[in-house]
Amino acid sequence: MNPSLQQPSHVSVAAQPQSSPGLWALAWRRLRADNIAMIALAIVVAFLVTIFLSSIGVIAADWEVETGISYAPPTFTVSKDAISDATDVKQAKQSSQTSISGTDNPLDPLRDVIKSLRHQEHAESGVVTEDYGIVDPLEKEMSEIRIALAKSGKAATTIRAATLPFGADKWGHDIIKKTIKGAETSILVGIIAAFLATLLGTLFGAVAGYFGGRVDDLFNWFYSIFTSIPYLLLILSVAAVLQQKGISTIILILAFTGWTGPFRLMRAEYMKHKAREYVWAADAIGASHWRKMFIHIFPNVSHVALVQVSILVVGFIKSEVILSFLGFGVPVGTVSWGSMLNEAQNELILGKWWQLVAATMAMAVLVTAFSLFTDALRDALDPKLK
Amino acid sequence: MIAYILRRLWQMAPTMLGVILLVFFLFNWVGGDPAYILAGKMSNPAQIANIRKQLGIDQPYYIQLWIFIKQIVTFDFGNSWSTGEPVSSIILTRLGPSMTILLPLTILETLTAIALALGIAFRRGSFTDRAVMIACTMGMSISILVYIIVGQYFFAYQFSLFPVQGWGESFAENLFKFSALPILIGLAVSVAPSLRLFRTFILDEVNQDYVRTARAKGVSEHRIKWVHVLRNAAIPIITYVMSNLPALLIGAFLIERFFSIPGIGREVILAVERSDFPVIKAITVYVAAATMIFNLLTDLLYQAVDPRVQLK
Repeated sequence: MNPSLQQPSHVSVAAQPQSSPGLWALAWRRLRADNIAMIALAIVVAFLVTIFLSSIGVIAADWEVETGISYAPPTFTVSKDAISDATDVKQAKQSSQTSISGTDNPLDPLRDVIKSLRHQEHAESGVVTEDYGIVDPLEKEMSEIRIALAKSGKAATTIRAATLPFGADKWGHDIIKKTIKGAETSILVGIIAAFLATLLGTLFGAVAGYFGGRVDDLFNWFYSIFTSIPYLLLILSVAAVLQQKGISTIILILAFTGWTGPFRLMRAEYMKHKAREYVWAADAIGASHWRKMFIHIFPNVSHVALVQVSILVVGFIKSEVILSFLGFGVPVGTVSWGSMLNEAQNELILGKWWQLVAATMAMAVLVTAFSLFTDALRDALDPKLK
Repeated sequence: MIAYILRRLWQMAPTMLGVILLVFFLFNWVGGDPAYILAGKMSNPAQIANIRKQLGIDQPYYIQLWIFIKQIVTFDFGNSWSTGEPVSSIILTRLGPSMTILLPLTILETLTAIALALGIAFRRGSFTDRAVMIACTMGMSISILVYIIVGQYFFAYQFSLFPVQGWGESFAENLFKFSALPILIGLAVSVAPSLRLFRTFILDEVNQDYVRTARAKGVSEHRIKWVHVLRNAAIPIITYVMSNLPALLIGAFLIERFFSIPGIGREVILAVERSDFPVIKAITVYVAAATMIFNLLTDLLYQAVDPRVQLK
């Protein structure tokens, strides 16, 4: 027996008694042989692990903490000396300020008077000021807040860093953490919308292809309607109508407009498969229509659906970025690559390029890897296509 | 021929009706009551009732649908909700600037992509071929937004080679001064996907027998590429370019927005931002109609390019 058959595959393949490799095992083997595909897969998995960690709050949960000064430049752009110079200057400034207020001017004729006044001030500072019986209504809350600040707020009130590893945005957020958080939004929207769109397309395609006739005509009519309106125009129309921003809205918009591609392919697959012998056999043992469609036929065409999902993910991530950029996408307060690019557009004029570069690089790397992996996956699952 | 065109137009009717129904369903049913959008924040019931009467939305749905169909047929969508300008004049005046950008862009893009595809498809698997393909994949993975932001920043703002944005009165000024950079950026964005596609179309032809025959009888490589192969690869290329044209009208909205070009795409964005439903409805229906008509034109072009095609 071929020893390579025993190699574990991460795709769940039911161990078949006659142990001839199934479609998924064969596809996995072809994929393993493709170096570019494996590198692309590794990059995609790295992105997925990152966004998983960030969604459960292990990393980048504190992206909203304003750790740096406004528009802190990336560390690598500023040489070491310049940083220490900058801090030196700052310290010098601070010390000079304290010296101005604290020390005496020997030439000042009033210095004795000032000195005595200062002493008085110091002595009085501990004395309770007369507040004419008016009690501060927020005193309790304020003192609680002060205590809480003194306890935990140390980090929040500490000096903001002059530089950060990849710079900071307008509010001093760390760009690396912000990019991870943006990746989480963009990729999650892309993946969930792609699964929903493929689900819709598969459902419609299965019904249309399996039943044929009038049902097929009806779904084809839907298909021709949706494809005669340009994709982006349809998205914008739905965005105009829905009027409410939110992650779930944008997922629904993308799924509602993106089902046509999977529909066409799945319909063709179901038309091909419904006349095969195994479906007749299922019919003979009395399987219902739904059982034949989704228990018998679907496993044989699921690879088409999988390729469609990965094609759609790339397209939807790009669409989400454009929608969020225009302000029809994620709500205010949620960061995505699109909203980052929107901020970056104005920052570039000020010469603050790091947010633009971070969002662009993250997106370019993911999309390139995902596209390469999708191509390889399609070749691996359907070797006839080559 | 005439019979063919008439039959195709007749077949479009159900799809067009579907588009109208979809748009109607979206804007009159999902969209909620537009009277509240129109009346603004300070409104009283009398005002709202008045607006509803003006728009005809106090009528039953089938009458509203009939009003909508009449609007489409007569090109009269009433006035824009935000500017008060007639919708038909908005569309007509925005069409010119859009075309000034799109026609040169489409011609340049198609020619560039065909030339590059012919160049690399004949060296399949070579270093040049693979390098160009990898460059295309990477180029396509960068968001179009980045091309526009960076292009505008460097070429217009930093180096002052082009105006940053704007639109003039005369056609020549618009084409050569204001459209130059948008067209160049559009070219940079759209050549990569076209090139990838055209390459596969040409690869299907490269190993055909007629190419071998042409070589055998001593036809120059140049003539094989540009006459023999191109003519055979023309059908899928024409399909792609033609069917993309109406979508491009909308697809250019980002370029139009960044460069303040008063075109159709920018109008759509503005209308979505302002909830200007009549404008979006009109543009959606007409662009869908244009898509269908262009599909028909494509089929007619097939016959001009390839006499073997029989229109039935």
